[in-house]
Amino acid sequence: MSDIVLDVRNLRVEFPTRKGVLTAVDDISLQIRRGEILGMVGESGAGKSMTGMAILGLLEPPGRIAAGTIRLSGDRIDDLDDRAMQHIRGRRIGAIFQDPLTSLNPLFRVGDQLVETIRLHTDLDPSQARERAKTLMHEVGIPAVDERIDNYPHQFSGGMRQRIVIALALCAEPELIVADEPTTALDVSIQAQITALLKRLCRERGTAVMLVTHDMGVIAETADRVAVMYAGRLAEVGTVDNVVRRPKHPYTEGLMGSIPSLRHDVEELQMIPGSMPRLDAIPPGCAFNPRCAHAGPKCRREVPRIAAADAGAGTAACWRTLEGETA
Amino acid sequence: MIAFLLKRATNAAFVMLAVALLAFVIFRFFGDPVEMMVNEQATQADRAELRERLGLNDGLITQYGRFVTHAVQGDFGISYRNQQDVMVLIKERFPATFELVLVATVISLVVGIPLGVITAVYRNSRLANALQLGSIVGVSLPSFVVGILLILGFSVTLGWLPGFGRGETVDIGWWSTGFLTPSGRAALILPSISLSTFQVTLVMRLVRAEMLETLRADYIKFARARGVPTARVQWRHALRNCLMPVITLTGMQIGNLIAFALVTETVFQWPGMGMLFIQAVTFVDIPVMAAYLMIVSFIFVALNTLVDITYAWVDPRLRDDTARTGGGNG
Repeated sequence: MSDIVLDVRNLRVEFPTRKGVLTAVDDISLQIRRGEILGMVGESGAGKSMTGMAILGLLEPPGRIAAGTIRLSGDRIDDLDDRAMQHIRGRRIGAIFQDPLTSLNPLFRVGDQLVETIRLHTDLDPSQARERAKTLMHEVGIPAVDERIDNYPHQFSGGMRQRIVIALALCAEPELIVADEPTTALDVSIQAQITALLKRLCRERGTAVMLVTHDMGVIAETADRVAVMYAGRLAEVGTVDNVVRRPKHPYTEGLMGSIPSLRHDVEELQMIPGSMPRLDAIPPGCAFNPRCAHAGPKCRREVPRIAAADAGAGTAACWRTLEGETA
Repeated sequence: MIAFLLKRATNAAFVMLAVALLAFVIFRFFGDPVEMMVNEQATQADRAELRERLGLNDGLITQYGRFVTHAVQGDFGISYRNQQDVMVLIKERFPATFELVLVATVISLVVGIPLGVITAVYRNSRLANALQLGSIVGVSLPSFVVGILLILGFSVTLGWLPGFGRGETVDIGWWSTGFLTPSGRAALILPSISLSTFQVTLVMRLVRAEMLETLRADYIKFARARGVPTARVQWRHALRNCLMPVITLTGMQIGNLIAFALVTETVFQWPGMGMLFIQAVTFVDIPVMAAYLMIVSFIFVALNTLVDITYAWVDPRLRDDTARTGGGNG
């Protein structure tokens, strides 16, 4: 228990709409340990970002946590009000968003945004906070910090801005960082630098990271464990090695088969027929069954679930594995 | 930055030359200046002599050139009606209008911006809906009706505030100010409220629309993710990103306010430029009208130029000298 930083159990996020209640995240259980990087993969709309936002307490209304618990180092945070969450966000949970071009307020100097965040969460006075801001900027690899600290966001390149965003996430030395597609908006050549930086900084500090991405390459390089999401549900959890090399869930298998860089020997890329169902049209039973080559009657009837108790271990939400009849 | 300022100033100068041409045409061709100035007993010789003295026999270009040269020096000729230097009349009246417009602008910002933020942030609350409804009334009520209602309420019925005139004024050089005496300040209240009603609602609706847009921005969500308290996110991070259009609007509207002031000044018998202009129109006092046109246009153009410069101040992205990455010598 002691080194489990994030413990999500049976989390359910719902969006009431005019047509009925949509379940964006359905019964998700996850654990991340100190210093561990958990990759969250899945297609757009699979609920991975939504899970991240639920943890940060930043679900856009009318989205809400309908069931389940979120614990941060043992403290329940899913039932806190916004005022209480202000002391969690930025202080105990850092966040990195997808597009560094829009994450920073264009009208404030980067130094001011850093100093603001530092002073909100620590007792440092303005000059100490400025020193800390410089240290952080230096750590994330910004050159000529003394000059750059007084620059505005538009004076930095995309990669540099994402470094600033990482520095902002680290301001108060949080226990957990939720990184929502941190490299998606960046040039491919910059992506590797940013993931390497994030990985190094979090390893040094023992920060737990929830790395949301749809890029399996990033996951393979960076994460320790992977959680694969499909249509708001968890499809598979396990170590990177197991999930990438020995996927248990047919969806994960298809996902791995569709990545060019991971399968040099295969001539043709595999692809999964069909597309992920919309949230208002999830089929009964396993959400993947219409696209699955192995689907049986039970798959069309009952939802396979990864038990909360197994959140840490490597399992797949597939009747084939759950019932031990491996193909 | 200097190149930017020069460019702006040149543009402004051209606009003013065009306005001067218009004013000159009005002055020169709307009726015969000589006929307006001499009395009925004047002989033909007197008229010819005046015509020569005024330079009306010179070429049009020469005359226009002279008009511009004089206007630049603040010389708009002699009022037909009062036989006084036009500039002296304007100088007497300008402070009254300026102070009225200034107070009305301050009211429109100080009241309009917070109301806009509140209606955006609590957009589904009863208060916000009431304010929205009220703003429609504010936009649609003509300013003279507001003025008359205010006079009726606060000065006729309640007797709290004066309903006409400027009260006592204090002269500082040629500037007469009403700010320094209690009666001067009291006299400012009703006219400036009346003049600003429309502006308040305009600013409020603009800020509301901009805030709704800005509050959806990524950097707002990210600021919340950094743990910045909600109120600070709204009033500091979001509001500042909304101010650009407010600056534009305010800059443009100050010109409109001066024009609107004409109505308000008439309702409140405010001795400003608007009143002067109305009187000038009644007496076909062409030099005063031409001068009014020139001065109001000058204020318009100056404000527009100022607005452009203020942009650069609020939005660092528009500053030429910071566009160079890493530039540190501002």
